[in-house]
Amino acid sequence: MTKQDFSTLKSNSLPGSDDITRIQLKNGITFLFRPNMSSMTASIGGYIQAGSIYDPLEKLGLADFTTSTLMRGTQTQSFQEIYDSLESIGASLGIGCGPHTSGFGGKALAEDLPTLLNMLADVLMNPVFPKKDIERVRSQLLTGLDLRAQDTNSMAMLEFDKLLFKDHQYQYPSDGYIETIQALQVKDLAAFHQKHFGPKDMTLAIVGPFESESVISLAEEHLGGWLNEVQAEAMKVPDMPSPENSVQIHHAIAEKSQTDLVVGTIGPSRNWDGYYSALLGNSVLGQFGMMGRIGDSVRNEAGLAYYAYSSLSASIGPGQWMVSAGVAPENRDKALDLIKTELRKFVDQPITPEELQDVQSNYIGKLPLSLESNAGVASALLTMEQHQLGLDYLRNYEKMIREITPGTILEAAREFLDPDRLVISSAGPES
Amino acid sequence: MSLLETIPSVFLDNGLEIKLKEIRSAPLISSWVWYRVGSRDEIPGKHGISHWVEHMQFKGTEKISPDEMEKSVARSGGVWNAFTYLDWTTYFETMPADKIDLALELEADRMVNTTYDEKEVDSERTVVISERQGRENSPGFWLSEALHNAAFRIHPYNHVIIGDQVDLESIQKEDLLGHYKTYYSPNNAVVAIAGDFEKDKMLQRITELYQDIPSGDDPPRVNRPEKAQRGEHRLTVEGPGETVLGDVAYHTPSASEPDFFPLLILDSILSGPQGLNMFGGGGITNKTSRLYKRMVEDKEVVVDIHGGLPATIDPYLYSLNFILHPNSTTEDALKILDEEIQRLQDSPPQADEIKRAVKQTQALFAYGGESITNQAFWMGFSEMFASYEWVTSYLDNIAAVTPDEVQQVAQQYLQPKNRIVGIYHPHKKGNSNQ
Repeated sequence: MTKQDFSTLKSNSLPGSDDITRIQLKNGITFLFRPNMSSMTASIGGYIQAGSIYDPLEKLGLADFTTSTLMRGTQTQSFQEIYDSLESIGASLGIGCGPHTSGFGGKALAEDLPTLLNMLADVLMNPVFPKKDIERVRSQLLTGLDLRAQDTNSMAMLEFDKLLFKDHQYQYPSDGYIETIQALQVKDLAAFHQKHFGPKDMTLAIVGPFESESVISLAEEHLGGWLNEVQAEAMKVPDMPSPENSVQIHHAIAEKSQTDLVVGTIGPSRNWDGYYSALLGNSVLGQFGMMGRIGDSVRNEAGLAYYAYSSLSASIGPGQWMVSAGVAPENRDKALDLIKTELRKFVDQPITPEELQDVQSNYIGKLPLSLESNAGVASALLTMEQHQLGLDYLRNYEKMIREITPGTILEAAREFLDPDRLVISSAGPES
Repeated sequence: MSLLETIPSVFLDNGLEIKLKEIRSAPLISSWVWYRVGSRDEIPGKHGISHWVEHMQFKGTEKISPDEMEKSVARSGGVWNAFTYLDWTTYFETMPADKIDLALELEADRMVNTTYDEKEVDSERTVVISERQGRENSPGFWLSEALHNAAFRIHPYNHVIIGDQVDLESIQKEDLLGHYKTYYSPNNAVVAIAGDFEKDKMLQRITELYQDIPSGDDPPRVNRPEKAQRGEHRLTVEGPGETVLGDVAYHTPSASEPDFFPLLILDSILSGPQGLNMFGGGGITNKTSRLYKRMVEDKEVVVDIHGGLPATIDPYLYSLNFILHPNSTTEDALKILDEEIQRLQDSPPQADEIKRAVKQTQALFAYGGESITNQAFWMGFSEMFASYEWVTSYLDNIAAVTPDEVQQVAQQYLQPKNRIVGIYHPHKKGNSNQ
């Protein structure tokens, strides 16, 4: 039997400069829009320069606490009124905190976009941090920290970050610690909001079945008038060298069945020249197929773990390049040895042309899948804006991926990965 | 792309059911093969075998090695995965439309030709045990396992899908192979495909790939219906940590029973809307649901609460899961929960509460419909416990629910004698919790 081609749509119209609108609203907010006339829904997303790197040391968790309380009440709406408006029309809106930015995302049926934007503007611009609501959120955050302390994966990552990013802002958890969350006051949240939330360096993206004029006018109406003269400038974070030697830590949590293991080092930032080489190389190492070479070795051949993969976390500042695995406590060191062996191989020899072809095809082929929904397109627009990738980034993507070679991947691997200079963190039963 | 379009099934001579839906929004195709086998088909000593067989389905056939299997899908830019549930096991690939043929061939091949190599069985044993141990790290897993054991004394829904460790240690290659040969046959399967293709051409290809696979015997079914519960069960699970978790589960009818739709509205009113989306689409928050408002906001007895009413072949459970507020007690939380249930039993909900639930359902359908993978999922999923008409008439059935019907199902099913209350207590808090 011969392979058949079922496709009837011979070209896929990827978003690009001719169908993405990018303008500055009156107050400087960068606004991105891409129409999707066949859709019945609207997706919105965006970010503000108000992440956890702005937390003072004695107030770790402040950005996270602040974003968690923006929807607890505004000058004109109570918490219940806010959610009543959203949930009664089947809409959703959420605000969360990352290291550099606080991000928001929402969706609604297309006819309800004005309600969604109105709500977004109100909670971003006019939160009042009601005392009673703050205490309620505090209880929820503290419970979250109790659960985190029992979560082997979270604790392994927490210890990993602490060691990897020693003396750097990234060493601290964005959700803080019990003591810092207990100490935060309403005035701290209000002050953080006043200082960091505003239109400066803010980006808003909308995707849905609209004409650009009408959606621009809606964005102007709801967010174009927002001003904050005291808004702080976005902060830059320093680079971070790789660890000088390997360091290892185990965080004991009693009565757990499995140990979570994280092994890694500093990785590239999103705008590093060799980023795509690192990205494709990482796929060979621990993503492609059933978790790449790491999966082959640790899961398929040794049967040591249900999951064992590598990941590259690259954004504005220094990133992480790491391998994660969940293993039986008695197999931790065996898994660690296998992971180190794969890392050594990865930095010793170039990947094969077949491996390169595999991951190139994978990255090029899966692009349309990530753009299937309005939320997927909105997310792509925000990534393009945040890292200044250009409006034709998605259309240039295939070319960029095709330019990668085994040689550039080896260079990227050697730039960051050294099997003798790793941070090794595990959490699970006493070892 | 209409979500409510009727899709007639086509049956091959060997009994294979095929459902095809053309969607021309992107050059993608999502292909699913569903088998009517899940943890409900397992007997003691073999708990977890359906899920383990699912793992073995990635171990290659005579025609294709496991390595090549994984790589061929990935290098085509596709995603694939498999899931084992109470009633079913399913395999899917979503791929660029010009590459889907690879997945079609692969699925037809592994319906009957998977190699059960002794070495692969042994290696996968530790992988499956590792998967279970990973889940054991979560307190909620222990609570759920104990609750299912208590809820079903007779019916095979009594064990968790991943299975018991003792069985995972003792199941042998012959057991796995026997399970595979018993349940993996065209007459026990549904092929559901959605995306950028022409129906006739796709049907011809599916026919070509599957028509020579012989029909199997009708697979045996464990027929052990659960008797009505005669009084509330309460259980506690102890373990490490600081946080008390609660799971209150009521026996409820199967998805094909008329009472299921009023129960969905009840769930939406009490604990927030749930949709049928498995892939993307997102959810709608539940902050204005009655239980969230009263238990989290007004009385602060819990810090979060969610509900769930899974669609199943046999009567299963409506579960309410909460995280206890550190300053509260389980007794206080259950008291408030009972008061809210009593309120619904005493008076029917307002018409606008039902209207809101309908709008929420419409929105969840619209969000989910953006994904071709979801659309193909719905076609096969609904065939496992009812038929695709269950999905296409879902909105109408939700909209037709009356306030009195919601009150009636609250009175009938949400009775203490019909429920299991499970509490996870951290050691240091003890059973009294304070």
